[in-house]
Amino acid sequence: MTAPLHEPTAEAAPSAAEEAAVISAGAKAVQGRSLGRIAWERLKRDKLALSGGIVVLFLIVVAVLAPFIADLVGQDPYAHNEELIDPLFGTPKGAFGGISSDHLLGVEPVNGRDIFARILYGARISLLVGFLSAIVAVILGTVLGILAGFFGGWVDSVISRIMDGLLAFPQLLFIIALVSVMPNQMLGLTGTGVRLFVMILVIGFFGWPYIGRVVRGQTLSLREREYVEAARSLGAGRLYILFKELLPNLVAPIIVYTTMMIPTNILTEAALSFLGVGVKPPTASWGQMLSNAIDYYKSDPTYMVIPGVAIFITVLAFNLFGDGVRDALDPKGSR
Amino acid sequence: MIAGHRKTSGGPRSRGGPRAVLAYLIRRLFAAAVMLVVIIMVVFGIFFLVPKWAGVDVATSFVGKQADPAAVEAVRVKLGLGDPIYVQVWEFFKGIFAGRTYAAGGDVTNCAAPCFGYSFRSEQAVWPVLTDRFPVTLGLALGAAVLWLLFGVSAGVLSALKRGTLWDRGAMVIALAGVSLPIYFTGLLSLAIFSYGLGWIDGEYVPLEESFTGWLSGMILPWITLAFLYAAMYARITRATMMEILGEDYIRTARAKGLKEQVVIRKHAMRSTMTPILTMLGMDLGALIGGAILTETTFSLPGLGQAVLNGIKNQDLPIILGVTLITSVAVLIANLVVDVMYAVIDPRVRLA
Repeated sequence: MTAPLHEPTAEAAPSAAEEAAVISAGAKAVQGRSLGRIAWERLKRDKLALSGGIVVLFLIVVAVLAPFIADLVGQDPYAHNEELIDPLFGTPKGAFGGISSDHLLGVEPVNGRDIFARILYGARISLLVGFLSAIVAVILGTVLGILAGFFGGWVDSVISRIMDGLLAFPQLLFIIALVSVMPNQMLGLTGTGVRLFVMILVIGFFGWPYIGRVVRGQTLSLREREYVEAARSLGAGRLYILFKELLPNLVAPIIVYTTMMIPTNILTEAALSFLGVGVKPPTASWGQMLSNAIDYYKSDPTYMVIPGVAIFITVLAFNLFGDGVRDALDPKGSR
Repeated sequence: MIAGHRKTSGGPRSRGGPRAVLAYLIRRLFAAAVMLVVIIMVVFGIFFLVPKWAGVDVATSFVGKQADPAAVEAVRVKLGLGDPIYVQVWEFFKGIFAGRTYAAGGDVTNCAAPCFGYSFRSEQAVWPVLTDRFPVTLGLALGAAVLWLLFGVSAGVLSALKRGTLWDRGAMVIALAGVSLPIYFTGLLSLAIFSYGLGWIDGEYVPLEESFTGWLSGMILPWITLAFLYAAMYARITRATMMEILGEDYIRTARAKGLKEQVVIRKHAMRSTMTPILTMLGMDLGALIGGAILTETTFSLPGLGQAVLNGIKNQDLPIILGVTLITSVAVLIANLVVDVMYAVIDPRVRLA
């Protein structure tokens, strides 16, 4: 935030060599920097966004390596440990939900499955649905948004009305309804596979208007620019203008909206699993652990806090990173 | 505020007289009607076409998995599932106004006037279920909305005005945490702490007719939890909008012509800030009225959201369909109200 300009000159009178260095540094600064570079330099200065990004990276690594980490601590997310459960109350023996050196985050009530291993595996579901549904939304939103903005006329009217309509829908309700009418078997997938596939498609489908609206607006203003006109007057085709002239300039807003959409999608997935229409047990997911925890919030509060904190940290990290990316790519921001 | 408006709208530079407002409202009403028809078609599509396309028998899912074939066949005839989809939609639509009789041979089921379908699973009409549960959800949504508007918007405005101060940073950190916390987690936490741990609040839902204080003490935690999430969202958006507007030329003009800062903020900046906030409020309230599913599940409130969820668990399609339709209507009405308020708040809208 503070300008670093004064620091070097605060020393004793600069020698000729130092002065030359300063001049050359100044000359370098005048050189053009690409948008990506400017954004990256801004992002590097934003400590909160960086820490968010680091946590996101860490979570991705954890999700990818979940089976190895679980093996490393010697736990299996599906193995029952009934001997650790108090037979009278169904809650884990010992303080804090049965936390021990074997079970780092304790065990689940009733069946005694290891919570640490289940949190690891739950990260996979959360991130998978969060990312893939964002990709579905980005593809649909970008293609339809560009089409609407570029061609205008009735194409624009139809696509815009669809976007308005989808945004005015009570989304969670429709997502729940859609997910629940989908069959348990399709396209050769069964069980968790089909659940994930349906969730990704449906969440992505309800997300595309957010990106589509922005892309359409940007395209509308970009297509009137001189450089597009120049390309057109040189005889460039529609496809060339779409892909070579417009798309590169749409990358920044698309990135911003994608990073902001991922945490929302993660929350939606957790909500669906919490409501019992998402991933079904025994597959581990954070939302579903929380929904089980409702029955034990009095007797075993640890069971509720752990998946809740996991969701919180994940979503917070994505939000911090997303806010940082948005500020970094904002053309109005300071360089 | 309305009186102040009449003055400007009668002015020579404005084309927006009462007639323009009326035309604007009729336009919005027409758009809402079209949207309603689309929504009915989409809802039917979801519940009748998607299962068909996916190879699931609709009649079976209306009766239940363990249903005997005779019952399934009866429902198929009663609902006219063999008819083309537009006939089915028309029958459903007619039932809302004229009531409906489901008949298969001598087996007749009656569904009185506002017939939003009949649940063959629980053997009751859908409409009474909706009216039973609606007050709970309405109370939850409105109570929370008052809280979150009060706290969220004022926190956002204060943050924008005191940009960069400790207050601004603190408020924005809390708001960021707020939007990152799932409501069912904060809800469970608040139950564990205030209801079970400290024993301040009972936490059980009591209907308003039985006891007002009981109702209040049952609703206070859901209100605060729901309002916390939305207040966080509204604070972030209010702050961003307000800061953008404070940088606009007309604010500079207002200041330059010597208006007091208070007047600049209240009359000029606040008015434009409220427009996007109102849009959000319309959508959010509409969606919540149709069922604050997560909140109701967490606090076991017997509202519309819980009805949907039970419907899903029991595969009770008519209930889901009824609530989905009612919700969509609620969203439409909320948006319509917002449009009307736009015309009152923002004179530019009427000219468009």
